[in-house]
Amino acid sequence: MSDAVEVKTLIIDEQEVSARRGQTILDVARENDINIPTLCHLEGLSDVGACRLCLVEIKGSNKLLPACVATVFEGMEVSTNTERLQKHRRMILEMLFAERNHICAVCVSNGHCELQTMGQEQGLTHIRLPYRNPSLNVDASHERFTVDHNRCILCTRCVRACAEIEGAHVWDVMGRGINSIVITDLHEEWGSSTCTRCGKCVQVCPTGALFDKSKVGTDHPKNPDFLPYLNLMREAQ
Amino acid sequence: MTIEELEQIAESVRLENAKFDYEVNVCMDLACASQGAEKLRDALVKAVEASGKTVLVRRTGCMGPCSSGPLVRVDPEETLYHHVNADHADAIVASLGGDPVPTLQCDLNDHFDKQVRVVLENAGHIDPEKIDDYISCEGYKALLTALTEMTPNGVVHRITESGLRGRGGGGYPTGLKWGTVAKAGGDLKYVVCNGDEGDPGAFMDRSVMEGDPHRVIEGMAIAAYAVGASKGFIYVRAEYPVAVARLTTALREARRRGLLGSNICGTTFSFDVEIRLGAGAFVCGEETALLASIEGRRGTPRPRPPYPAVSGLWGKPTLINNVETYANIAPIVRNGGKWFANMGSERSKGTKVFALTGKITNTGLVEVPMGIKLREIIEVIGGGVPDGHTFKAVQTGGPSGGCIPAEMLDIGVSYDALLKVGSIMGSGGMIVMDDTSCMVNVAKFFIEFCMTESCGKCIPCRAGTAQMHTLLSRICDGSGTMDDLELLEDLCSTVKEASLCGLGQTAPNPVLSTLKYFRNEYIEHIAHKRCPAGVCNIKAAVEVLA
Repeated sequence: MSDAVEVKTLIIDEQEVSARRGQTILDVARENDINIPTLCHLEGLSDVGACRLCLVEIKGSNKLLPACVATVFEGMEVSTNTERLQKHRRMILEMLFAERNHICAVCVSNGHCELQTMGQEQGLTHIRLPYRNPSLNVDASHERFTVDHNRCILCTRCVRACAEIEGAHVWDVMGRGINSIVITDLHEEWGSSTCTRCGKCVQVCPTGALFDKSKVGTDHPKNPDFLPYLNLMREAQ
Repeated sequence: MTIEELEQIAESVRLENAKFDYEVNVCMDLACASQGAEKLRDALVKAVEASGKTVLVRRTGCMGPCSSGPLVRVDPEETLYHHVNADHADAIVASLGGDPVPTLQCDLNDHFDKQVRVVLENAGHIDPEKIDDYISCEGYKALLTALTEMTPNGVVHRITESGLRGRGGGGYPTGLKWGTVAKAGGDLKYVVCNGDEGDPGAFMDRSVMEGDPHRVIEGMAIAAYAVGASKGFIYVRAEYPVAVARLTTALREARRRGLLGSNICGTTFSFDVEIRLGAGAFVCGEETALLASIEGRRGTPRPRPPYPAVSGLWGKPTLINNVETYANIAPIVRNGGKWFANMGSERSKGTKVFALTGKITNTGLVEVPMGIKLREIIEVIGGGVPDGHTFKAVQTGGPSGGCIPAEMLDIGVSYDALLKVGSIMGSGGMIVMDDTSCMVNVAKFFIEFCMTESCGKCIPCRAGTAQMHTLLSRICDGSGTMDDLELLEDLCSTVKEASLCGLGQTAPNPVLSTLKYFRNEYIEHIAHKRCPAGVCNIKAAVEVLA
């Protein structure tokens, strides 16, 4: 069969599935109720392949591929949950928990945090790595929202939501490596930035790094599900 | 410009040079310049004027053995003088026509005999700021031959036939890459030259850009013709101001001669090149990060596919090669693919330039045929480890390479052989370490480099290298445990397999290779609180109560 055929058949975790040409492995897996863990991916935003939790194994290749950006091909055999992948996923989560100051008990997102949930799902019982305990700022200058860099995992969802959906591009990343942080405008206080106060970044943030001031002390679930709907409605117009 | 006109220029340069009885070439590359080559040249010019002899004093690019600088070569006798300073100018000029100055003469026959010069064939022989000098050494002949006698496919075929592999480190077959870009659709394609050389201790690309800039431009123009591109970018790090200046001059001269621009050589082929400066990020040497940087975005890598050959600069098919790869193109087109394929080993053809540094007698640039034994490079060409110390390891491939121990020095240098022993070819840095080097400390140094140069986009590289650095620091200061060692190995595995780009994927190499070949040094630090090389400052070992 040639590459021009629109429908591909492939195997994910021993399950035969079909896909459209150009679809990502993650898309196809989720359509078929196969769970691949993700943190930086969010439906409605572009994909960056940065968190590496969605890495999968492809038969015949030693390289691990990020399911959120890797596209399907005919006859592909994908494994999403091998021992090797589980080991890497747990290590990546350990790295995240040790990188900044994630203290669930005092976090606004406790119980609704994607990082916390991910740790539970992946069977993370303790952190072997030394905690880095960096000293990071909390910017509460905005009248409605707060950014607590101690809880940020640099997934860049806020950056993408602000640039791609809101069109404001207030958020961006500054610095490099372990010293990277998300910033508003050219590293100005959030409160005096060009922020449009739409709050999309807060809703897409997977942890308690961005939160609504009015919700502190209350149950603070986030609702990022509006994105695909919003995109759909915009396309329909 | 036609081939005949090119010949005329070459002939006029030869006639001009023939007016002189002697040529005194002064190496003006960074290492020699920093030791007073500029003053030396002025003194030589003055001495020549005073003597009344007809002598051409020429500044050239790097001659190779930097540790012997400043270097002067007198032609036609090819007498090489080392450690020359301005005070020696009179003696050198006085000796012309008689016996050479014995006190300055250097014997580096062993150093040069084993070398084969393709990329560096003009280095040390031409003035890098004069296009006519380059033309007199068959410069731009390959471009004009390609444009007037070969089809683009023919050029790709010749490169494929040569077996040339990417010299930036990856070793991807160059012909295959060119073929992919040539086949990609679309009117607008780009050719990019990666001159963002950032490995500590590596300066091959700088020397080529500074010593023979036209060679790179000619290679890019041939590539553009072969793949159907009309626009090129040279991405040079801003830390190389001389390279930028030389390339700028070279581009201007090439345009003036009609070798760049519209309808080159009267054909339908048009091509021009722009220089873009890197702002000091090592990761911008990674191709997708480099392209993002050229576009004016934050220099972070993105997952591949799509490869730049399909979707590169501004989404257009883009050919991206390293400086040294482009520098190999003109000779391959001139001499044929088979000529090139005859050099080197079975799967690694041609020659490779290495920057020899560290604990070795002759530091500097060397160009050797692929497949040559590491031992020959270090013991014969490099002159071995100085000051009575013994060789311990050689690190190839920059910060992401591995440390190769003495037992393995008999491997032939090729992409595959280096990979097999846990290192990489990389761009060609070669750092020699002797018994005064602590391998744990070396591993810590390179991980620190990768940690600070990580872009921070993917978690394994951003947080993993930082964790590895913490653990290595603990081991170095004597507070490490055997559990730390196990954790370190787990970290290496995840960072290597899960990182997004080459920087992260290869960052654990120095740790993995030292753990493999020098594990006892780690154990000494942990179990006996002692650094065998005496480098690490271990706090007075605390006696733990039994």
